[in-house]
Amino acid sequence: MVVSNLMKKTIEDMIAAGHRINGRGNDEFRVPTITTGIVHSANGSAMVDLGQTKVIIGIKPELKEPYPDRPNEGSMATMAELSPMASPEYEPGPPDQSSVELSRVVDRVVRESGMVDFKALCIKEKEKVWNLAFDMYILDMDGNLFDACVMGIVASLKTGSLPVYDAEKDVADFSKSGGPYPLRDTPVGITFAKIGDHIVVDPSVEEENVLDARLTIGVTEKDDVCAMQKGGQSGFTVEEVESLLPRAIEHARRIRGLYP
Amino acid sequence: MATEKPESLITDGVRLDGRSAEEMRPLKIIAGYLDKAEGSAYVECGGTKVIAACYGPREVHPRHLTLTTETLVRARYDMASFSVEGERKRPGPDRRSTEISKVVSEALTSAVFVEKYPKTAIDVFIEVISAEASTRVAGLTAASIALADAGIAMRDLVAACSFGKIYGKEGGREVETVAVDMGKSEDNFGLADVALGYLPNLRKIVLLQMDGHLTVDEFRKGLPMGVSTCESIYQQQLKALKAKFKQY
Amino acid sequence: MGELKIEERSIVTPGETMAVGMDYLPGEGTYRLGDDIKASVLGLANVRGHLMRVIPLSGRYIPKRRDVVIGVVNDIHFSQWGVDINSPYDAVIPIKEASDRFIDTRRNDMSEFFAVGDVVLAEISAVDGRMNVNLTMRERGLRKLSEGRLIEVAPAKVPRIIGKGGSMINMIKQIGNCHIIVGQNGRVWLQGDSPETEDKVIRVIRQIEEEAHTSGLTDKIRLQLGLPEQPSAERIEPRGTLSQEMASVDEARVHEEELVNQESSRSNTEMSN
Repeated sequence: MVVSNLMKKTIEDMIAAGHRINGRGNDEFRVPTITTGIVHSANGSAMVDLGQTKVIIGIKPELKEPYPDRPNEGSMATMAELSPMASPEYEPGPPDQSSVELSRVVDRVVRESGMVDFKALCIKEKEKVWNLAFDMYILDMDGNLFDACVMGIVASLKTGSLPVYDAEKDVADFSKSGGPYPLRDTPVGITFAKIGDHIVVDPSVEEENVLDARLTIGVTEKDDVCAMQKGGQSGFTVEEVESLLPRAIEHARRIRGLYP
Repeated sequence: MATEKPESLITDGVRLDGRSAEEMRPLKIIAGYLDKAEGSAYVECGGTKVIAACYGPREVHPRHLTLTTETLVRARYDMASFSVEGERKRPGPDRRSTEISKVVSEALTSAVFVEKYPKTAIDVFIEVISAEASTRVAGLTAASIALADAGIAMRDLVAACSFGKIYGKEGGREVETVAVDMGKSEDNFGLADVALGYLPNLRKIVLLQMDGHLTVDEFRKGLPMGVSTCESIYQQQLKALKAKFKQY
Repeated sequence: MGELKIEERSIVTPGETMAVGMDYLPGEGTYRLGDDIKASVLGLANVRGHLMRVIPLSGRYIPKRRDVVIGVVNDIHFSQWGVDINSPYDAVIPIKEASDRFIDTRRNDMSEFFAVGDVVLAEISAVDGRMNVNLTMRERGLRKLSEGRLIEVAPAKVPRIIGKGGSMINMIKQIGNCHIIVGQNGRVWLQGDSPETEDKVIRVIRQIEEEAHTSGLTDKIRLQLGLPEQPSAERIEPRGTLSQEMASVDEARVHEEELVNQESSRSNTEMSN
């Protein structure tokens, strides 16, 4: 889809004036709505509405053998599905590069924050652990899937619960609750978009279509940076990247306050 | 993990969730549920929750499938990995969802004035986010609303439901009862399951699938029950579409 | 003989019976089944004498000859430009239709005229039976739009945004003397004296989109904008501006359509366009 020159110019001009289309300020993050527990078949679920972006996340824990190099730790795996219902640009089929990048970046933010206590997901060392499968379905695309998905995973983890391990039958018993997930941190992902000479937070889909570069920063409860991903076909200066860190921390604090 | 087979699915006229044989589960419908799609709907029937979205008419991809004198109505049914009880379902289409996509596409095609949009496609996507039986009919009900929401010219809406046969006890004796809207356990352990898609104004059956065992009499009993349930669903579809237009 | 089953301006859905009896005629958005006239699209019921119509409230833009549209150039071919007109059908501007001046492709690269991403105001000169759409820019006022803002609205709501004889759009233009061009294909170009003006105009347009199905909307908007009562025959702007011409062109077109519909519906049995 070709973006008109007029649209690109309008967005650039407005941002330069500190005023984006749809009325936001350059440093204004849309207020998300997070609804949890909507999918009873999942062990933790959340729907996140960010502007018109709508994503739904569900957790399915599975029993596995641990990885040989981490014999007493459980694991997590993150998959994004860019449903063709979300945008005229999405086509049905196997995950493409964007979908894979989304999965891996969101995974990185959550995993590297240390949110999930993997050792507490171990049932029997070297033999049996829980693997948490996060599936993220994108239903409506209005930009900033990265941050919306991180919110969804965090909210699902905080409100979901593990199944019980039935040692006798050696299966997961989903009819019983094995208690809340073992959690230690509450990460937030904050994404910025560089358009012209300015950097705005939480890009909408029109802004993503014309951005020159973007940067997603994962922030932990302790205000540490746990993940980063730069995208787009242009670059940031050193000063620009450094300036985004305190902005990300500020936004992360605010978003963290909105979690269940 | 497998749930155990219940001793009775209907005891003295009361099903496991308290319904009678003729009763549907509570139905919730929202038209225009999404923003980007041309038309969309959310349908909830008991614990089954589905979302349908329609894009079209639009260019056909891949191009070689383009029909010169009409539009191509294509529905794609999918179940989210976390939508089923128990073990995670592998994402993506499997043979079951491929078959469902086909029969749903055909049901919708019979309703659409396809000659009105030559050389285009009308793509409908159905996502089951929570499955508690009768998901394909909930999906078809939602898909039809999504098409109407998108302003697609149609002869009629499509309302869909399931009906079947369940075993139980009546005054201590064993019975087999024809019932509508198969729910949890009923589609698993029931004796017959019929999916019905219906044009309520034109009174035509556009989707019909069945498995199990039914006598001709039982089928003759169940079909009008199914049709009547579809007519109730239709009333809810109308309400949902009209509710989109607020009065100021 | 014959019975109306719905009220004027009520919301109807596909398959709903609007009238019974051979006296009634199936117009746009309806079809005949036996004795019944049924709605075929979601929209507002409209009755003009015996002609039953449904005014759609959603739906993509289907190109029609003589419609003025706002397109985005998305491709350059040997002797034509490919243009996205926000429709399931793509359009082209053949090289001789781009301008009154002769374009010599040996001396000038075609992208010097229109490059990919350029926004153009064009008129549909032809739509053939295979839905190939040709555009022209040789009529007065048609041109590349290099400044201003572009927004998209639901094509079905365009008549409401323009209003009868331009009544609605002329009111909106009074917000800071904003220049506005409404393309039939659901694209609206505007240029105000400030971003705040443009935002205000866009807000009003979105409101009209949202409330398009209600009656008395023109008066409501007039009140909201604090404008005085205006007798319908009076024009607010000097004559001759493009949007003015387009508004009256639209009016003429709507009237022509109605006549055409009446003609064709007499010979239709099931469905008319």
